[in-house]
Amino acid sequence: MTIIAENPIKAVAPPSQVQQKVIASLQKRHRKERLFRSLGLSAVLISLALVAVLFVNIFAKGMPAFWQSAITLDIYFDPKIIKVEEKPVQQAGESDNDFRQRDLAWQTQLGFINFNRLITDSLQQILPDASKHRRDLARVVTSGERFALRDMVVADPSIIGQTRTLHLLTDANIDVWLKGNIDRSLPDEQQQLSPKMREWVDKLAADGVITSRFSLALFMNPDSRSSLASAGLAGAFMGSFYMMLVVILLAVPMGVAAAIYLEEFAPRNRITDLVEVNINNLAAVPSIVFGLLGASVLIGWFNLPMSAPIVGGLVLSLMTLPTVIIATRSTLKAIPPSIRQAALGLGASKMQAIFHHVLPLAIPGILTGAILGVAQALGETAPLLLIGMKSFVASVPASPFEQATALPVQIYLWQGNELRNFFEARTSAAIIVLLMMMLSLNGLAIWLRKKYEKRW
Amino acid sequence: MTNTVPVKISAKDVKVFYGENEALHGISMDVYQNEVISFIGPSGCGKSTFLRCMNRMNDTIEHCRVTGSITLDGRDIHEPALDVVQLRAQVGMVFQKPNPFPKSIYENIAYGPRLHGLAERKADLDDIVESSLRRAGLWNEVKDRLDQPGTGLSGGQQQRLCIARSIAVSPEVILMDEPCSALDPIATSIIEELIDELKQNFTIVIVTHNMQQAARVSDRTAFFHLGNLIEIGNTNDVFTNPQQKRTEDYITGRYG
Amino acid sequence: MSNLSLIVVLLMLLAMGYQFGTRRSRNVATVNPNLRMHSRPHHYGMMVGLWAVLPAFMLLLLWLWLSPAVINAMLVSALPADIASQSAEQLRVVLQRINNLASNFGVVADAEQWELNAAEQLNQLKANSAIVLTALIAVIAAVGMLLSLQKITPLLKARHQVEKVVKALLVLCSAVAILTTIGIVLSMVGETMKFFSYISPTDFFFGTTWNPRFSTVGVGEQGSFGLVPLLSGTMLISAIAMLVAIPLGLMVAVYLAEYAPYRLRNIAKPVIEVLAGIPTIVYGFFALVTVGPFLRDLGNAVGLSINATSALTAGVVMGIMIIPFISSLSDDIITQVPKSMRDGSLGLGATKSETVLKVVLPAALPGIVGAVLLAASRAIGETMIVVLAAGNSPALTANPFEAVSTVTVTIVNQLTGDNDFSSPQSLVAFALGLTLFVITLLLNVMALVIVRKYREQYE
Repeated sequence: MTIIAENPIKAVAPPSQVQQKVIASLQKRHRKERLFRSLGLSAVLISLALVAVLFVNIFAKGMPAFWQSAITLDIYFDPKIIKVEEKPVQQAGESDNDFRQRDLAWQTQLGFINFNRLITDSLQQILPDASKHRRDLARVVTSGERFALRDMVVADPSIIGQTRTLHLLTDANIDVWLKGNIDRSLPDEQQQLSPKMREWVDKLAADGVITSRFSLALFMNPDSRSSLASAGLAGAFMGSFYMMLVVILLAVPMGVAAAIYLEEFAPRNRITDLVEVNINNLAAVPSIVFGLLGASVLIGWFNLPMSAPIVGGLVLSLMTLPTVIIATRSTLKAIPPSIRQAALGLGASKMQAIFHHVLPLAIPGILTGAILGVAQALGETAPLLLIGMKSFVASVPASPFEQATALPVQIYLWQGNELRNFFEARTSAAIIVLLMMMLSLNGLAIWLRKKYEKRW
Repeated sequence: MTNTVPVKISAKDVKVFYGENEALHGISMDVYQNEVISFIGPSGCGKSTFLRCMNRMNDTIEHCRVTGSITLDGRDIHEPALDVVQLRAQVGMVFQKPNPFPKSIYENIAYGPRLHGLAERKADLDDIVESSLRRAGLWNEVKDRLDQPGTGLSGGQQQRLCIARSIAVSPEVILMDEPCSALDPIATSIIEELIDELKQNFTIVIVTHNMQQAARVSDRTAFFHLGNLIEIGNTNDVFTNPQQKRTEDYITGRYG
Repeated sequence: MSNLSLIVVLLMLLAMGYQFGTRRSRNVATVNPNLRMHSRPHHYGMMVGLWAVLPAFMLLLLWLWLSPAVINAMLVSALPADIASQSAEQLRVVLQRINNLASNFGVVADAEQWELNAAEQLNQLKANSAIVLTALIAVIAAVGMLLSLQKITPLLKARHQVEKVVKALLVLCSAVAILTTIGIVLSMVGETMKFFSYISPTDFFFGTTWNPRFSTVGVGEQGSFGLVPLLSGTMLISAIAMLVAIPLGLMVAVYLAEYAPYRLRNIAKPVIEVLAGIPTIVYGFFALVTVGPFLRDLGNAVGLSINATSALTAGVVMGIMIIPFISSLSDDIITQVPKSMRDGSLGLGATKSETVLKVVLPAALPGIVGAVLLAASRAIGETMIVVLAAGNSPALTANPFEAVSTVTVTIVNQLTGDNDFSSPQSLVAFALGLTLFVITLLLNVMALVIVRKYREQYE
C-alpha cells in the first residue's frame, strides 16, 4: 500500500465545535491573565517602592543631623578666670595614691571654675549689644562645651593665658532655627529662641561665624540631657559592642557545638525530634519573651546588675542561639556524606572526621549564619527595655558590667525626647548609623557566601 | 493500491536553540491524520524537544528559541493570530511521569473542559468526565471514587488518568512523551492497547525509548540522532529494512 | 584570689597539663619502641590537661554556688540573738546592710557597732573562703595532673577519654536550647502563679477593663487587669498587618517565582528581603513620624478621623515588615511545586494565571498556610512598632482608626515603670508574657508541622 499525503496548505479547515468554544473563551481569559500579571508586578513594585520610601525617608530626615551648627570663637583662656595652682607633678618618694589624690583635688578645683565665662567673654567681642542680654548670651553655646574647655585645660595646663580658635557646638534650638526645622513665622511666645537671640543667630550665620560642621559629637559623646546638642551615640555604641561581644563569645560557639551534636551525633528518635521542634519554635518566640526571661531569671534569681550589657548580651545570646543552630545545621547538612565516609574510611574517629574534615568546609556557612544572627541581635530592642537598659546613661561604659544602653534603645529614647524638632533628625541619624552597621554585616555575610560558595 | 491521507502536522526545517546551543538541526516531516507515529532514538537526540515544539511547550523554557515552520491543518502554529491556548487545546500532551493534579479524580478530568468553557451545565461536565474516563479505560476502576485524590491511584492508573484528562478537551492530536517509561510492564501493555483504540479518533505522536513499543503501537516511525531526523517511514520498513546505516546500528543495539 | 583570676589560672593549668602530657607520652613511646601508642600525643596532652582542670573547675562552680549560703549562715549565727531571731524578710534587709558596709558600697547611715562587727566578720569569712578555695583547687589540680600523668601507657585510650569530654560538651550546648525553653516556661509560670494570688485568673482572662492602678503591695485597690482589651488590640493590629502582608507577599512570591525575568528576580528578591532585616525600632519610628501623620492627613482629606497613632498605623507598618516573611517562604514553597504540575496544566491549554491559581497555589496551599501562620505569630509578638505607633490606649474597640494597646506594649509598660517588682502591677507582665508565649507556640508548632509535612510530600 502506498500512502500519498495530501497536504492542505491552502485550505485551512474550519474550526470544530470544540475549537469554537475555546476561541470564544479566549478574550476573557487573556484579560484575566493580563490582570493577574499586572497585579503581581504591582505587588513587586509596591514592595520595592516601600523599601525605597523607608530608606529615602530616613536618610532625608537623618542626613542633615550629621552636620550641626557650630560657632567659631577665639577663646582666651583667661588666667583671671581660671585661677588654679599649677598642675601637680609626682614628686620623688610620693606614693602613686597620694599623687592621684592631689591630682584629683586639682581637677576638682578646676570643676568650680565657670568656663562659660570664657565663652561669653569671647562672644561679647563679636556681639556689641551682648552685655544687655546676658541670659541669651549664656545660651548661645550648648552647655556641654564648657566641659570640653575644662578637659582642654586638664590635658594641657599651659594653655592658660593663650587664645585658641575653637569650633563650639551651638545650642540645639539654634541648630533647629538655622536648619529651618521650626516655622520662622510663629509668634514670639511659640519660638524657642528669644527675638534677640534669633537676630544674633541670623547675623552670625550670615557672617560665617556660625557654620554647619560635621558633627563629631554624634559619634564621640555619650548621651546627654542637659546639653542636647552634644548628645551622642558613643555610650550606646559601646553598650551594643559589649553585648555583641557576649553574643559572639557565647551564642556562636554554643550554637555551633549544639548543631554539630544534633546533626552528626544525636540518634534520630523522639527526643531529638522534640529538640528540633523546640529549636525551631524558639527561633520564632517573640523577642520580648526573652526579655521577660532575663528580667525574672538573670536579674531576679541570679541577681545580675540591671542595665548591664552583660545581661543584655546573655539575653540576646539565648535569642540568637536558635538562629545559629539552624544555620549551622543546614550548612552541615549540605556537606556531602562522602567527605565523612572518606575520613572514616582512613581510620579517623567520628570526632576526628567532623572536626578535621567536615567543620573546616562548613566554616563559611557557619560564619554567614553567625553574622546574620549577630545582625539580628544588634537591632533588637524590646527585650533590652525589660532588663533596664532604657535608663538614661550619661557616660561611656568601661566594662560589660556597668550601666549602659544600646543603639536601638538609644533610638527609642531619642525619639521620645521633647525637643522633637532637633531629635527627629538626630534619631534618624542614629538609625542611619544602625542601618549602616547592619547593612555592612549583611554585606559581609553575602561576600563570605559568594567567596566560599561550595567547592564540591 | 493508493490511499490518500490528509496531513495533520507538517514541520519544515525546524531548529531549536537553547541559548546559543542548537539542539535540533532543521527537522522536516509530516504527521498524518489519525495515525500513530513514534519517535525513537538515543537519549538526548532531540525527539522530546521536537515533540514539545508541536504544541509550543518549549515556550515555557527560558532561553529556548524555535525557528522554521510547523503547520497544524495547514495553519502555522507560530502565527500571531493563533493563540497558544487554542493550539494546546487542539494538541494535547501526556508526559513522561504521570502528573495528576493534587485534586480529586473528577476535578482532574473536569479541569480542562472548565477552563475552555466546554460544558455549560454540570450534567454536561459529568458526561465529559465519564466518557473521557471510559475512553481511557479507567471508568470501571474509579467510578465509585471520583471524589478521591488522583494522586492516590497506582502509577499506571495515574497515567491513564492523565490521558483521560487530555482527551477531555477533545484534542485532535495527542502528544505522548515516553508515557510508559515510569510504568511496570502490565501497566505499559494496558496503555499500549489504549493507544491502539485512541487512534480511531486522534492523531497520536509518541516518543519512546523502547523500540519494541514503537514497533507494537505505531504505524510509522521516525529515527532521530544528535538533533537530526535520520529516517522516517512505515514502522515495518524502518525496523526490518532500514535505509540508513545509523538506523540499523541503533536498532541492532550497537549504540543508544 | 578573685574568681576571674582563678579561671585564668585554670586555663594556664590546662596548657601546662597539655605540655606535660604530650611530653610524657613521647617519653613513654621512646621507652617502649615496640609498643604502638593507642592515641596521638596531643590526645594524651589534652587528657592530662582535662584531668587537671575539670575536677577543679567543678569544685569552683560548686563553691560559688554553695559558699554564699554557708557564709550567710555563719554570719547570722554570730549576730546578736534578738536580731538573728527576726523574720526572714527582716533578716534579708539586715544582711543587705551588712553586705553594703562590708563592700563600702552605697551609703549606710547610722551603722551600729554590731553591724560593723558583722561586716568585719563577713570580710574575714570571704577572705578565708577565697584562700581555702584557692588551696583546694591547687591540690585537686595537682593530684589530677599527677595521677593522669602516671596513667599514660601505650594501652591507655586517651583519645576516647578526650572525645567523651568533647561529646559531653556538645550535649551540654544542645541542652541550652532546651533549658531556655524550660527556663521561659518555669519562670513565667512561677511569676504568673504569684500574680494569680492577687488577681483571680477569671478576672484576668475574661476581664474587659484594663486599668491597673499604681500601688505598692497590699495597699488599697489593685485596679482591673482584664486581658480582653489588650488581646483584642493585638488581634486587630495583627489582622490589619496580615491584610496588608498576605496579598502583597503572596503576589510578590507568585510574580517572582512564575513570571519575573531572571534579572528582576535576582534584584527584587534580596531588596525585598532587606525589609526583614530592618530593626523593628526603625519601623516604629517610621510609623510614628511618617506613616501615622500621612494616614491622619489622608483621613482628613476624605473626611475620616484617623488617629496618627492608631491600630491602622501600627498594622500597616507591621504588614510592611512581614511582607518578606510571607514572600520568601511562599516563594520557596511555590518553587518546590514540581514543574510537571505546571506542564500538565499548560499542556491542556491553561493560561499561566489559570495554572498558578488552579494548580500551583492549591498544591502549595499547606506550605503557604504554614508561612502565614509563622508570619501571624511574628505579628502577634511584635513589640516596638506597637509601642511607638499604636497609641497605647487599652480600649476595647474594633475601630482601626482609634488608638489601642496590645499585650506586648503592656508588658513593656508594666515592667519599665516604677512598680515594685513583686506587685501585681509588675507580675501581670509575666502572665501576659505567658499568654503570648502559649499563643505563638501554638501557631509556630502548627506552622512547623504543616510545612514539614508539605516538604516531605515533594521530597
